[in-house]
Amino acid sequence: MTALVLLDHDAHGIKQPSRSAVAAAQKLGDVHVLVVGSGIGAVAEAASKLPGVGKVHKADNPAYEHPLAEPLAALLASLAPHHTHLVAASTATGKNVMPRVAALLDVQPISDVAEVVDSDTFVRPIYAGNALATVKSSDARKVITVRAASFDPVPETGGNAQIEDVPAIEAPSVSRFVSAELSKSERPELTAARVVISGGRGMASGENFHLLDPIADKLGAAVGASRAAVDAGFVPNDYQVGQTGKIVAPDLYVAVGISGAIQHLAGMKDSKVIVAINKDEEAPIFQIADYGLVADLFQALPELAAELERG
Amino acid sequence: MKLLVPVKRVVDYNVKVRVRADGTGVETSGVKMSMNPFDEIAVEEAVRLKEKGVATEIVAISMGVAQCAETIRTALAMGADRGILVQTDVELQPLAVAKLLKAIVDREQPRLVIMGKQAIDDDMNATGQMLAALLGWPQGTFASKLTIEGDAITVTREVDGGLETVALSLPAIVTTDLRLNEPRYASLPNIMKARKKPIQNLKPADLGVDPAPRLTVVKVSEPPKRKAGVKVGSVAELVAKLKTEAKVI
Repeated sequence: MTALVLLDHDAHGIKQPSRSAVAAAQKLGDVHVLVVGSGIGAVAEAASKLPGVGKVHKADNPAYEHPLAEPLAALLASLAPHHTHLVAASTATGKNVMPRVAALLDVQPISDVAEVVDSDTFVRPIYAGNALATVKSSDARKVITVRAASFDPVPETGGNAQIEDVPAIEAPSVSRFVSAELSKSERPELTAARVVISGGRGMASGENFHLLDPIADKLGAAVGASRAAVDAGFVPNDYQVGQTGKIVAPDLYVAVGISGAIQHLAGMKDSKVIVAINKDEEAPIFQIADYGLVADLFQALPELAAELERG
Repeated sequence: MKLLVPVKRVVDYNVKVRVRADGTGVETSGVKMSMNPFDEIAVEEAVRLKEKGVATEIVAISMGVAQCAETIRTALAMGADRGILVQTDVELQPLAVAKLLKAIVDREQPRLVIMGKQAIDDDMNATGQMLAALLGWPQGTFASKLTIEGDAITVTREVDGGLETVALSLPAIVTTDLRLNEPRYASLPNIMKARKKPIQNLKPADLGVDPAPRLTVVKVSEPPKRKAGVKVGSVAELVAKLKTEAKVI
């Protein structure tokens, strides 16, 4: 049994959720990885150092400069015969590409796997995480995406895999990358941060989100938001933590002015320690918070920043 | 241009789902059912394209038990022109749905299929991508904006770090994300009008598709509960506890 893991990468290297996908794949058998892109020698080198990886397939071709679903799925499907499981993290790329791969192989994909029971059986959240389904696949080959928050990522170094070049697959040119508009931030990515501090509707404005900055700076935290705050236009959508946004599971999650709608809880309730700051002591967020502070956030946030500054 | 819009009947998003005591699934009997919210966004976008004169006809499709016809009626009341119901009591998984949709696309020859990025029941996020693969069409998933010009569609997609824009040649599949639009409520006159719009009734066998599920649900369980924590009296106490008790800062 050999699993092939599609690694997501950007200018900073292999994304952390992909290292979680490698960790999940190690429960399935031998692990090979695939890096796809243009001018990705350094990424392939980094992939070869991931512990437990037996082989790095490198598809380095100008055709793969952007991770478009159509050529990527064709490439993965071409490598399928040598692997029992095709795996990716549930990132935007993984979610876009893997179901397409599955259909090319006549396989029912299994999305957002939170636990590997055995090589055919997986646990995944349904109904926004309000239930967990254990499903068993009857397909000969499995195509899965992995909920990164459920698997501790493998370390960045320790392995020494060989790198093998994979030729590009001819695919009809039906899609073209036009542009990307990525949020610029010095902070860690939400899904990779050890600490996340999120604001909700209680923040009252986008301007007030800057109250979170000194705390985030001090804790090395990513800044997130509830859907209510995003819908109110306080911050862009890529801040959103929740069922329809990003799923996070940091060591510490600080929810500020967030009431705790089911849809938000679905995105953060696997965090190790949850802190809630809210002036409404009846807010549902307190039912899942390890530490709750009933307070006006406009007083509590500057106080918290000052307290952390004191060290 | 003809548009196809698949719509799924799901447990209403306001319902707090309960896992059945025997672990076979979640309780759906006596529970309010509605159109999947992402599919409402798809219908809205299709209707807007028709209002702009880009689309000429909108066909709404649903699959499953007989009551899925109600979900099609909702789409018709929002502005779709006619419906197709693929009726079956078999539990349909995304691969089967994609195959059934492909068979309908082969018959109807639309230039564009707009559908929700995922259903809020199984949360699979797969059918659109799978339909695109089966047809060999390009896909614009998680769309927050789309523009059609001639034989091409430009789709702005919600990706992890922000937005990405891709250009696809038509015919194509688009799956909708939350920010694409805000769906309208159907007006009473339009609800009345929708009653007269035709719905064609088909069976999976009519489309030559075996809808048998590939995944067996072994069990459905409640997620582990978090135990409620403690209230702290001050910011200073909070920081102290995070340092010495939780040891996370």
